[in-house]
Amino acid sequence: MTSQAVAPALVELTAVNKHFGELHVLQNINLRVQKGEVVVVIGPSGSGKSTLCRAINRLETIDDGDIRIDGKELPAEGKELARLRADVGMVFQSFNLFAHKTILENVTLGPIKVKGVSKSEADKQAMALLERVGVGHQAAKLPAQLSGGQQQRVAIARALAMKPKVMLFDEPTSALDPEMINEVLDVMVGLAKEGMTMIVVTHEMGFARKAADRVVFMSDGQIVEDAKPEEFFTNAQSARARDFLSKILTH
Amino acid sequence: MDTLLNNLDLFTTGFKNTGILFVFSAVFALILGTIVAAMRVSPVPAMRAAGTVYVNTVRNMPLTVILAFFALGYPKLGLVPISFLSAAIIGLSLYTATYVAEAIRSGINTVPVGQAEAARAIGLPFLPSLLLVILPQAFRSVIPPLFSVFIALLKNTTVAAGFSVLEAGAIRQNLSERGEPAIVGLLWVALIFVLLVIGVLSTLQRYFENKWRVAR
Repeated sequence: MTSQAVAPALVELTAVNKHFGELHVLQNINLRVQKGEVVVVIGPSGSGKSTLCRAINRLETIDDGDIRIDGKELPAEGKELARLRADVGMVFQSFNLFAHKTILENVTLGPIKVKGVSKSEADKQAMALLERVGVGHQAAKLPAQLSGGQQQRVAIARALAMKPKVMLFDEPTSALDPEMINEVLDVMVGLAKEGMTMIVVTHEMGFARKAADRVVFMSDGQIVEDAKPEEFFTNAQSARARDFLSKILTH
Repeated sequence: MDTLLNNLDLFTTGFKNTGILFVFSAVFALILGTIVAAMRVSPVPAMRAAGTVYVNTVRNMPLTVILAFFALGYPKLGLVPISFLSAAIIGLSLYTATYVAEAIRSGINTVPVGQAEAARAIGLPFLPSLLLVILPQAFRSVIPPLFSVFIALLKNTTVAAGFSVLEAGAIRQNLSERGEPAIVGLLWVALIFVLLVIGVLSTLQRYFENKWRVAR
């Protein structure tokens, strides 16, 4: 793999394994994501796709293998790890906005406390980001006063405020009411078009078709397929992928 | 009423010292208890172990034994001499901190784990995550148990009377020496304690509960 003369991948997982007790959730995972690539990870629940996503910024530890971000191996703990996480944006299924802070404070906390940006500068950047995701007028409210779709867009703004090299999305629309899914997906499609490197765990096949460069299909802790979206949706190679697609695309 | 008015000096000195014992012990216990709670949830095993050992040993010792150590045992060690009042404050603080730590730790456990994950995900290390995200939310849910701890502390200050500190618990002895009826004196002391708890501590508790009501 090292003999290939390609640019080093931005995110690189090599022979990653993880167990939850008896369950082998990640089995010899190899994945390379280039700068600017949008990779959608799909698969049945329990296939390990969320664990994979969370392992990339070490919210889940791994048993063995190697995860590199921009060529640097993930540090185990402490300040080094915190610094690396600042470069990796994360959007959660359940938003996880800081419940006691206003929308604006949610977005400025990282830049002020982690990057040492001045408050006025952080406020300015945060307002621009909030405007961009369409919730600028809600800046003074608390998270609980916003709808799920608005909260998730704030969560995206909070991650973007750190100017990350790569964004991880862990089922960003799974906790949303149907009518709010598109407002979040639109923001994500916009990000993809601007060239953000993204790894997206999702069930939204429309997003995969529209914005993904690659679709990675996981099942039982393994990466079963790794293909261009059209190729995957029209001509899946494995029986497992075809079975999964038949279940979700029929209606 | 005469018992109170004729011995007002005794009551004011007594309750003034009770107040000093309470305020200093409460502040130190809150600070120390928060630090110990943080140690008990820290990712460093040695910190967790130290916090657990401290809580389990000190919390399980009778307060009289702890105060006896600082009032009677400590001076024999030949270290920096301290007054009986300081000795009582140290003893009460160390004892109460264990209860504060456990109340705050239970509050930390009520904060959804996603809050800590989000804090880590934007690059905050352990301590800033705790101080900026977890503890402000944890404190809100521990106001009632925390005030129970402080009310217990206020009443525990009377134990210091046994170790040469003239506070409210010592008023009865001194009244007896002046030939006043002990039972009346005791009733006055009890009444003032009840007024302090209802008038001051419960009011403060209600204030903080309203101020920090969490919108979820």
